Parts: sequence; structure tokens; C-alpha cells
Amino acid sequence: MESNVILSVHQVNFYYGVMRALTNISMTFQKNRVTALIGPSGCGKSTLLRLLNRMNELIDATRVEGEILFEGRNIYAPDVDPVEIRRKIGMVFQKPNPFPKTIYNNISYGPRLTTGISNVDMDALVEQSLRQAVLWDEVKDILNKSAMNLSGGQQQRLCIARALAMKPDILLMDEPTSALDPISTAKIEELIEELKEKYTIIIVTHNMQQAARVSDETAFFYLGNLIEYNKTEKIFTKPDVKQTEDYITGRFG
Amino acid sequence: MKMLKTPSMRWRYFKQSAFFALVRASALIITLALGGILLYILVSGISVISWDFITQRPTDAMTKGGIMPAILGTIYLTIGAIAIGLPLGIASAVYLTEYARQGRIIRLIKVGINCLAGVPSVVFGLFGLGFFVIFLKFGSSILSGSLTLGFLILPTIIGASEEALKAVPQTFREASLSLGVSKWQTIYRIVLPNALPGILTGSILGIGRAAGETAPIMFTAAAYFTAKLPGSVFDEVMALPYHIYVLATAGTNIEATRPIQFGTVLVLVAVVLGIDLIAILIRASMRKNKRW
Repeated sequence: MESNVILSVHQVNFYYGVMRALTNISMTFQKNRVTALIGPSGCGKSTLLRLLNRMNELIDATRVEGEILFEGRNIYAPDVDPVEIRRKIGMVFQKPNPFPKTIYNNISYGPRLTTGISNVDMDALVEQSLRQAVLWDEVKDILNKSAMNLSGGQQQRLCIARALAMKPDILLMDEPTSALDPISTAKIEELIEELKEKYTIIIVTHNMQQAARVSDETAFFYLGNLIEYNKTEKIFTKPDVKQTEDYITGRFG
Repeated sequence: MKMLKTPSMRWRYFKQSAFFALVRASALIITLALGGILLYILVSGISVISWDFITQRPTDAMTKGGIMPAILGTIYLTIGAIAIGLPLGIASAVYLTEYARQGRIIRLIKVGINCLAGVPSVVFGLFGLGFFVIFLKFGSSILSGSLTLGFLILPTIIGASEEALKAVPQTFREASLSLGVSKWQTIYRIVLPNALPGILTGSILGIGRAAGETAPIMFTAAAYFTAKLPGSVFDEVMALPYHIYVLATAGTNIEATRPIQFGTVLVLVAVVLGIDLIAILIRASMRKNKRW
């Protein structure tokens, strides 16, 4: 069990100004698994997700306490460059956010700026990334068209492909389907199932069925506390804590 | 109109039409004022406009001949002002919006920039004289004039750039940073290209002002009359706004040169509009494919 841990969070507190958003969070994430973070709005699940690749520090007046270990190193150690961390821990956002560039250039943007990849290899990488995101067949003839013309669901898969092109170890997904229709949502969920063979996925979702469908592990958060963390089946069939049961059965939240 | 039954509704309808009329009238007055000025200049100045007028040097103590040196001088000074003001202004705005932690010092800097915008242009002229012309020994030259004008338009460019940078969606920055792209690369590759059309839009105002100002170049760059064209940035030049001032107040024959004065004004307006047009065309070409 311990050897499969890719990311571990130790006694993390997080503050927006004086307001504490996360209280003493400790948990580990398993390699090649899908972990879902659930809980009502404002419970701190997105905050935790954004802590894992140091995206929260873009917000002024925030403060982290505790450690988050990735490959045995604390990613908040003073000598760690957040840019390096984000190359290995990619992110997909709530709303699809392609760049106002061509489809091809959306994918090639990251690798081009961070590696010395050749044009031939780049073509292969773009195709491979789009195939992984199950978008290739839909866009292979319009790679030089603007990504802004794609549908919302296609844009979100493009954003996933863009993150995959960096060959990350972990993919963080912040409510990736909340802005999408049911068919696009189903496609993304299928995609998550395939991607977990190569990547570790941590997904925040407001959709309980989605958590039950796609995840192996589920963590329930409430008011900045980690209430319960267990196998998804267990959480959704017989949770240990009453609050968890109340939430997943829709009694609050 | 069937709905207008009660007196209160009728009163509200009346207020609405009165307000609309007022707004329309304001728009009309501004348009008429602008049109009137342009028309007056055109009618008064068109008679002297000819190929020779814009390609020849002044002759007979500036009562005859053309104004080519002044046109050239204004173009040089404006390009110089842009070359100095635009990079400096954009860089300042990038610092203020992207790098600086918002706080008291930043507020103080912003107040300073706003004060700079309110400084009368003749003060800029005196500053240019004291600092560039005398202290840095640039003399009365294109360089001194461009620097002075560059500083004059700096607040406009910083303001426009700040607005344009803030208008770039935060999600673009997040997307780029989340890929492990550095902050500078994110600004250079994503934020600036998307902000540039907006930056240019605002800067056009500053560019027009740089071309039209008289006081800042009086002491720093403009010659009353010079027969030779500038050979380097350390040479004095004639400039359209100053040429108009000279002809209209201190010229050899003020009455006789009236048509030339209006002709020069017409050319100045055309040059400013021309520079604006170039900026607008650049902006339009950059805006293609940049919709979000």
C-alpha cells in the first residue's frame, strides 16, 4: 500500500487572509487511481486540489502550513520551483479554457516552451495527446483552425489533451464536467477511466453519481475538514460517519 | 401607446423621451462641433494645399513655399515619442498589474501616474529643457523632444495598458501556468499578445497628443526655422504645431501667411489622423482570431 503512494498531504492548514479554509488535512493519494474529492460548496475541496500543484499562491494573502510530499519531496520547500511542480502535476479547470490559438498550437504551447522538442516530434506529440483525449478523429482535419470554434465538450477534451502533452504524472481535475452537457460529460468520464492506466487522477466533483462512477477512492470534506476518506464503494454504501451519509443521500449540501 | 393610461405612466414616458432627447442632443452637439472645426480648417486651408506645399521647404522668410521640414519633424518626433513611451508604458503596466503585490506602495505609484497626467504640458517642456537639453547635454534636438513627448504620453499609455492587461481573462493565465510555463513566458506569450489590441486603442490617444503638442517641444526640439533637414537625432527640427504658432504670432507677415497657417493646421490634422489610422490598422490585423 505505502509503495503506491504518489502524493501525501501532512497536517496541512490553509488560510485566505485570516480565514482558515482547510484544517489539519492529512491524506495520501494512490498511484494510477482516481480519487474523488466531494463535499458541499465552500468545503475546501477545490482549495486542496489547487494546493497540490501550487496554484493557490497566485492569490494574494494566502498562507500554507504543513507539508505536501511528491516523490518524497515537500513541494512547498523553499528550494522547490512551482513551475517544475506544475509540469509534473497538470490541471484541468472547471470551465474549458483553451487559448485563443489554433488547436495545434494549444497542444504544442506547453512542450514548445518547456522542452527542446523538434517539429517532427511535436506533430507526433500533438496527435498522441489528442488521441489520448479521444479528440483526434474530430479535429484531425482542422488542426489549424481556432480552438474557440469547438464545442464546450470538445474544448474541455482539448484542455485535457493540452495537459497530457506535458506528460504529467498526476492530473488534477476541478469539476471538469460542470459546464458540460450530459453527452460530453459521459465522454469525459469514459476518458478518465482510460487515463487512469497511465496517470494518477484527482478529481473534484459536485456530482455524487460521477464520483461513484469514476473514482476508486473518495474523500468527503466539510467546512475545511476531511471527514471521511475511503474506498468509493464503502463511502457510497456504508460510510462510517453520519455526516457523510447525510451528504451522499442528499439530506444536506 | 395603448398602455399609457395613468398620469404617472404618462409622466414616466415623458421623462424617458426627454432624457433620450437630451442624450441625443449631446451627441449631436459634439459631432457638430467636431465637424464644424474640421470643415472650417478644410475651407480655410485647402487653397494652399498642393504637392509643392507638402514637399518643398519654406521660402521668402516662410511666407511662401512648403512645409515639408515641419511635416518630417513632426513625424520624427511622434515616432520617437512612441518608441520611448510605448515600451516604457507597457513595461510599467505589466509591473503594476502582473508582478506588484497590490498595496500601499502600488496605490502611491498609481496616484503619481495620475498626477503626471495632470501636469501642464509646458511644465513637461521646462523639465525637458532642464534635464535632457541642458543637464544631459542632448541640446535642442529630436532626441530631447522625443523623450519629453514620450514622458508626456506615458500616463495615457500606462492607463490604457493596465486596462487592457486586466481585460485578459484570468483563466488564460491559469491555463498557461498550470502547464508549468513560467510567469514571464505566460505574460510574453499569452497575456501581452491578447492585450496588445487594447493597449494600442488607448495609446492612439497619446500618439495623437504627442503629434499635436506645442509647449513640450518649444524648448526641447523645435526650430523657428531651419533650412537643413535633420541628419541625426541630435539635430533640431521644425515641427507642425510649433510652425503654426510661429507663423500665427511671430512670423514675418502674420496676415499674409494666414492661408499657410490654415494649410499647416490641415496637414497637422491629417498627419495625426494618419498615424491613428496606422495604429487602427495594426490593431485590426491583430484582432483577427482573437475572440473569446
